[in-house]
Amino acid sequence: MTDIAKGPAPAAAPTGSPMVRFDQVTKSYGAFVVLDQLELDVAAGEKVAIIGPSGSGKTTVLRMLMTLEPINGGVIWVDGEPLTSMRRNGALVPADARHLRRMRGKIGMVFQHFNLFPHMTALKNCMEAPCTVLGLSKAESEARGRELLVMVGLGDKLQHYPAQLSGGQQQRVAIARALAMRPKVMLFDEVTSALDPELVGEVLNVIRKLGAELDLTMLMVTHQMGFAKEFADRVCFFYGGKICEQGPPAKLFGSPENERTRQFLRAVLEAT
Amino acid sequence: MQLRSLTVCAIIAFAAGLIVASFAGFREFLPGLLQGALITVEITLGGCVLSVIAAVIAALAKMYGPWPIRWLAVVYIEIFRGTSALVQLFWLFFVLPRFGLTMEPLTVAILALGLNVGAYGAEVVRGAVAAVPRGQWEATIALNMNRAQALRRIILPQAVVAMIPPWGNLFIELLKATAIVSLITVADLAFRAQEMNATTYRTVEIFSIVLVIYLAMAMLITIGMRRLEGLAAKGLARGRSH
Ligand SMILES: Nc1ncnc2c1ncn2[C@@H]1O[C@H](COP(=O)(O)OP(=O)(O)O)[C@@H](O)[C@H]1O
Ligand SMILES: [Mg+2]
Repeated sequence: MTDIAKGPAPAAAPTGSPMVRFDQVTKSYGAFVVLDQLELDVAAGEKVAIIGPSGSGKTTVLRMLMTLEPINGGVIWVDGEPLTSMRRNGALVPADARHLRRMRGKIGMVFQHFNLFPHMTALKNCMEAPCTVLGLSKAESEARGRELLVMVGLGDKLQHYPAQLSGGQQQRVAIARALAMRPKVMLFDEVTSALDPELVGEVLNVIRKLGAELDLTMLMVTHQMGFAKEFADRVCFFYGGKICEQGPPAKLFGSPENERTRQFLRAVLEAT
Repeated sequence: MQLRSLTVCAIIAFAAGLIVASFAGFREFLPGLLQGALITVEITLGGCVLSVIAAVIAALAKMYGPWPIRWLAVVYIEIFRGTSALVQLFWLFFVLPRFGLTMEPLTVAILALGLNVGAYGAEVVRGAVAAVPRGQWEATIALNMNRAQALRRIILPQAVVAMIPPWGNLFIELLKATAIVSLITVADLAFRAQEMNATTYRTVEIFSIVLVIYLAMAMLITIGMRRLEGLAAKGLARGRSH
């Protein structure tokens, strides 16, 4: 059963294309299978929260989607196209740099540890990729960066370096920086986990705002169950490299069917 | 604080220079020796510039080049690290002309020392680039930058700070190694000293002055690199995020 992923990949785009589709995606490190034939569709504009115990493969899902990790089997589809392969004469072949660049342009990611560029101001952090990658003029990318930093509530911190900002502010810069590339899909990997508790709210508020104002598809790994419940359209509970249970937040948090889900939610509730 | 102790050292060196200068031979030897020192400075500066260029190219080629280029970089690094600078100097000066390539002794001197130190510098560059946190690379991928853009704009600027102290040592090594160029007829400081010594036999005075001049030049390099490090670190520390 686990070998199916190594079979020939489907050469046609899935019908009724979702924005993101994991099609029997397998990821392993050596003999250790992290994700086992993952199946996951995310519709355009949908907000999916990914929860689950540590080590269940949540981060790996996002990293594969951002092309930070190669996959060992299956196909990831983004916006109707295969992510790391491309069609040539009806068959899927590994993607060239051009295809990868086009696909990456559709996706933005915010990291747990911000990964801001320490030698650049908040504004420069947001301008860098629009300038060098998209080829925008300095004035255009500056206007874009300024607008986004204002949107995340940092209009007065444009010229601050990351070290001069609090964790919450840094993470908001990181969100603005990702948005500056105008992605269709945004990935959030435990973006509040490295923050002091009192700073979590300001970052979640920004994400709420994005959800309300922008037409983004979002996948977010989170331990903030309250936020997932209120914000997500769907919650996926990962366990041991598989989606153990998924559904609307009300259902998954209110009346989970799977015993593992119940255990996990109980454990999380106890901790908070 | 380091800077202050260095300044003190420089003053002591200068005082020592004055004592040496009070030797009778001071007036007699200093002008000639300074002429040589000028050549030494020239070779050192040229060699330093060349070594940095060679090191950055070799390091990037070794890390990211397609295999023929990577292979070339490895060959360069291994040859220039694995053989003595003197042999490299002689090879460039005496062997290359056999193949029809003759260069000025001064050019050969800069080339040999620059390439020699560049081979060591390549490892310094490689180490500093590798030490930039992986998250920085991942951010560049998430922002769709290609490797050249990532290196130029994000990775190298952060790696530079870590490179400066070891480069300071390499520059001083280069300065000291310039003494061997006297063997291919370049009239540097060491060459002048030997020349004067051979005619006057006033070994103590001549080589005491030479010692002080080399020491002063090495100190200048150290002070310069500390300054540079301070500046670069300040630029980066303003922005260090964890
Ligand atoms: N580079 C790696 N090498 C080996 N194992 C890894 C690597 N990255 C992640 N893993 C393993 O994969 C599993 C899933 O990791 P991850 O996706 O980070 O989990 P989560 O985000 O749910 O905590 C873990 O058991 C982890 O140890
Ligand atoms: Mg994780």
